[in-house]
Amino acid sequence: TKTRQSFASKVNNLVKRYRKVDEEFFEELEEVMISSDVGVNTVLELIDQLKDEARTRNIKETEELKDVIVEVLSGMLTKKDEENELTFNPNGMTIFLVVGVNGVGKTTTIGKLAHKLKQEGKTVMLAAGDTFRAGAIDQLEVWGERSGVNVIKHQEGSDPAAVVYDALVAAKSRKVDVLICDTAGRLQNKVNLMNELEKVKRVIAREYPGAPHEVLLVLDATTGQNALSQAKQFSQATGVTGIVLTKLDGTAKGGIVLAIRHELDIPVKLIGLGEGINDLQTFDSDQFVYGLFSDLFSEETESDDHE
Amino acid sequence: MAFEGLSDRLQETIKKIRGKGKVSEADVKQMTREVRLALLEADVNFKVVKDFINRVKERAIGQEVLKSLTPGQQVIKIVQDELAGLMGGEQSKIQFSPKPPTVIMLVGLQGAGKTTTTGKLANYIRKANNKNPLLVAADVYRPAAIKQLQTLGGQLSMPVFTMGDKESPVTIAKEAIKKAKEDHHDIVFIDTAGRLHVDDTLMEELEEIKAVTDPNEIFLVVDAMTGQDAVNVAESFNERLNITGAILTKLDGDTRGGAALSVKAVTGTPIKFVGMGEKLDALEPFHPERMASRILGMGDVLSLIEKA
Ligand SMILES: Nc1nc2c(ncn2[C@@H]2O[C@H](COP(=O)(O)OP(=O)(O)OP(=O)(O)O)[C@@H](O)[C@H]2O)c(=O)[nH]1
Ligand SMILES: Nc1nc2c(ncn2[C@@H]2O[C@H](COP(=O)(O)OP(=O)(O)OP(=O)(O)O)[C@@H](O)[C@H]2O)c(=O)[nH]1
Ligand SMILES: [Mg+2]
Ligand SMILES: [Mg+2]
Repeated sequence: TKTRQSFASKVNNLVKRYRKVDEEFFEELEEVMISSDVGVNTVLELIDQLKDEARTRNIKETEELKDVIVEVLSGMLTKKDEENELTFNPNGMTIFLVVGVNGVGKTTTIGKLAHKLKQEGKTVMLAAGDTFRAGAIDQLEVWGERSGVNVIKHQEGSDPAAVVYDALVAAKSRKVDVLICDTAGRLQNKVNLMNELEKVKRVIAREYPGAPHEVLLVLDATTGQNALSQAKQFSQATGVTGIVLTKLDGTAKGGIVLAIRHELDIPVKLIGLGEGINDLQTFDSDQFVYGLFSDLFSEETESDDHE
Repeated sequence: MAFEGLSDRLQETIKKIRGKGKVSEADVKQMTREVRLALLEADVNFKVVKDFINRVKERAIGQEVLKSLTPGQQVIKIVQDELAGLMGGEQSKIQFSPKPPTVIMLVGLQGAGKTTTTGKLANYIRKANNKNPLLVAADVYRPAAIKQLQTLGGQLSMPVFTMGDKESPVTIAKEAIKKAKEDHHDIVFIDTAGRLHVDDTLMEELEEIKAVTDPNEIFLVVDAMTGQDAVNVAESFNERLNITGAILTKLDGDTRGGAALSVKAVTGTPIKFVGMGEKLDALEPFHPERMASRILGMGDVLSLIEKA
């Protein structure tokens, strides 16, 4: 991709401004990472790691350190290539459960994902598991219409586990390839609501052994350090298998996924880049790392980066 | 809670210093370092933190901290002072128009909680000030946004003005004011679509809505979990619209809420209300001193100062 190609040149521009690998350089790196919401503890660790690398490899010029920065950060986010990809059931129906706090973009992501899968030739069904928020069912139905997939729903206020159960039965009988279950947003410190979510997952696992094949935690890139707490609590309740990082089309960088990867080892699988049906992409860690440093790069790129 | 509070951090630092008998300038630096970390972990913007730390350091070194037997207490007191100064007093009053209807506009990023807060705020003000609100559905973009506001209006038995999603939000807002006058509503709440602060077209749309409705209050609705980007968002919305205040949502979670400090610092406008849940009665006036303790992770600051 374009961003990917220009990535190396962007890093070049970063390092051009600094001759030596000195304290000042590391201080600016630290600041850039903190302003991307990477989180102080992770930043301090990463900076130490980079300093160590610089020392052991006897790196004096920032030019040489650039590869190390990419290597370390990108390598942290992608340990094996396939882990950033969604897991599908090779012999039967695939079920995704989508969870997260309020307003992060769960329903929108499901709409986009349904479209993407359908374009890949799969049959898709959606379960309107948010029976709580005003207008949530209608919202998912609009997305269902947009992508031309069926939505299984109950009335507002009904039991989400019952909706998901019905959707499972319908999906099985209609032999769809992928069932995606929406859930109501909930803050991770609400015990009752987290229990409710556990129950939804239990119903899925009971009715379809091996499912859900992905539990996707949707995180808003604008969120700061609390995202780590979200990842912890949702993992405990539902065993999160992947992250969808939304709203990366804004100016927030979503650096907290580095801390989440570091502490909980959950990979990012998809990113949201807007409100449109096509604004969903697979995660590319190089490109993401570039994004983290884009503020630092942009000053120079204007003048000498005409692609 | 995942983080230790500031006072725990300071206690640790002070334990190390105690052995030496006297506090040096370097020790004060060490203590302000802990303050810095605590604020960053709470998501206060790093630039806001920098200014803040400089002021604390200046005061701490210039003051009796160096000679004090209880340097930790002194530093906490200075931090508290500075924070209180930054946060300002309690200001949950609404600017009502002398010539009704009063117009209140809610703006912010996607998913921040505008629509829910529109319902909550109307509910709150109807009760507290004995008003007769009209809700206006000016989000024509998000799927089922109008339906969402209508459902909330239904739950509150409050009328919702809509013109569907084919008219422009500017037209809808203008017509809504006319309608409010006709039907003798003394207050109008305009729910706008979520948008990015860097989306020029949509930001311009807000300026136009402002121009045709002449709002008495423009509230920026901010998710309390927002990280470092809060300053960019607040700055941009404020530049375009001159917001009159902010409402912090989702404070019923376990976030420290450092965004509150950032928003206050960059816009200079008060935070007026906080959202404490999804239900329509979960709105409270903002308490600056509670927020300060929360950001620092210090439940009851005064008793901690005594303990220190
Ligand atoms: N700019 C941008 N907006 C997004 C993105 N994803 C979602 N949104 C917007 O964010 C808002 C909230 O999205 P929803 O899909 O309703 O979020 P949710 O997590 O389902 O919300 P609840 O069900 O209320 O918890 C909507 O206005 C979406 O259009 C994204 O990647 N970029
Ligand atoms: N726990 C909690 N949830 C809240 C609070 N305020 C809003 N929410 C939830 O946050 C989600 C988003 O709220 P909305 O009111 O739809 O947000 P919005 O800003 O109108 O979203 P868009 O119109 O898509 O930009 C919903 O699930 C709300 O129920 C709050 O104070 N606490
Ligand atoms: Mg939803
Ligand atoms: Mg809304």
